[in-house]
Amino acid sequence: MEATKLKTPLTREQTAKLEAGQSCLLSGTIYTARDAAHKRLVELLDNGQSLPVDLAGQVIYYVGPCPAPPGKVIGSAGPTTSMRMDSYTPAILKAGVRAVIGKGDRGPEVVEALKEQGAVYLGAIGGAGALIARHIRKAEVVAFPDLGPEAIHRLEVEDLPVIVLIDSAGNNFYRIGRNNFTSRQ
Amino acid sequence: MKMRIKAEQITNAVYRLCLEANRNLPPDVCAALANAVKREQSDLSKNVLELLQENARIARDEKVPICQDTGMVVVFVELGRDLLVQGDLNQAINAGVARAYADGYFRKSIVGHPLERKNTGDNTPAVIHLTLAPGACMKITVAPKGFGSENMGGIKMLKPAQGRQGVVDYVVSVVDQAGANPCPPIIVGVGLGGTMEYAALLAKKALLREVGKTAEHPLDKELETEIFKRVNQLGIGPQGYGGSETAFAVHVESYPTHIAGLPVAVNINCHAARHAETVLQGEEC
Repeated sequence: MEATKLKTPLTREQTAKLEAGQSCLLSGTIYTARDAAHKRLVELLDNGQSLPVDLAGQVIYYVGPCPAPPGKVIGSAGPTTSMRMDSYTPAILKAGVRAVIGKGDRGPEVVEALKEQGAVYLGAIGGAGALIARHIRKAEVVAFPDLGPEAIHRLEVEDLPVIVLIDSAGNNFYRIGRNNFTSRQ
Repeated sequence: MKMRIKAEQITNAVYRLCLEANRNLPPDVCAALANAVKREQSDLSKNVLELLQENARIARDEKVPICQDTGMVVVFVELGRDLLVQGDLNQAINAGVARAYADGYFRKSIVGHPLERKNTGDNTPAVIHLTLAPGACMKITVAPKGFGSENMGGIKMLKPAQGRQGVVDYVVSVVDQAGANPCPPIIVGVGLGGTMEYAALLAKKALLREVGKTAEHPLDKELETEIFKRVNQLGIGPQGYGGSETAFAVHVESYPTHIAGLPVAVNINCHAARHAETVLQGEEC
């Protein structure tokens, strides 16, 4: 199966074409954010304040990387469990985010928000932090440095392997994959 | 004869074990991964397993952590009764953790008060389980535990009438609900009996056993076989992408319990089942 090349920032037209189960290689700028960063971003949005980074058309990666050892741009950097971000995700998508990257299933509120905004939920391989770090060419902290591993980093990625877990029509690859297995039994 | 061990030796051992466990996937886990690659029928899921093998190779060769979640450090200490620790055991262990997490460029994931959530900055404190053993040695096992999988565990106080079927159904339901979150293929640790907190400890201990080595008690062994089959029939598969390889193994540890109770605890480990151990010898006082 040939992987689809994607380059950020992503347009609604691009994300609308992606289908659950499709393998992609993602390149360009993406931003990291996990629990604590999401809490702050959504508080800023709720108070009508501006965000430290413009999220329109951007991709958010749920990751708290390891510190960079000498000679490397970043430490191990695999995805964290996305479910913990569910309550924040609809607001983040509304702010213009086109895709989020993590691992694990999402709640119905996220699926609805993805459909509404024409956005997608992508999966990176959980626990493959050392491998994923090889696809990260640059990393710098751009907001909330006090949060340590949870600070927002701007990453430049090249051919990061991801899979479409939930597409903009709400199709869920976790269900499809499991059904494919059980129907074979 | 009384023997002694210095706090510094313990610190050095914990330091070395933290580095080892986070960078090198143990041989039994590598073998389980290789077997899963052979068995998995779904092409996409097979590819995931191959990438996990490559990830383990990169971590080992480049001396970087297998996973960015370098975990909360769980330390099991079996202390020989004839061994005298010179210094503070807990402090000695935590000093080793702090030094390893700084030198290894590992993520510091521990927050102080669970509601205040301020990072302690050095990945301490560790969770330490101390038991006494015969002799004058100290066995230290270090198992860093990521919370992608730790969050997916569960505990239930079943009624004795629910019996064996109740146990099987509960464990399978916990794995089913966990789905893709704990980074399958997983190892399922089951603690059966004791009290509530002891069942939880047994479930964690079960994760330390060599992957796929069966329990000694025939009833536990049968449970392992049945739960393993049921879990892999769920079809969750590697990363939750669908497939036959949801679990590498199910390990059950049991202990006597009260006439009125049937505690069962489930502790799930991700595919990166990290642990390392050493035995320190005492020297003459």
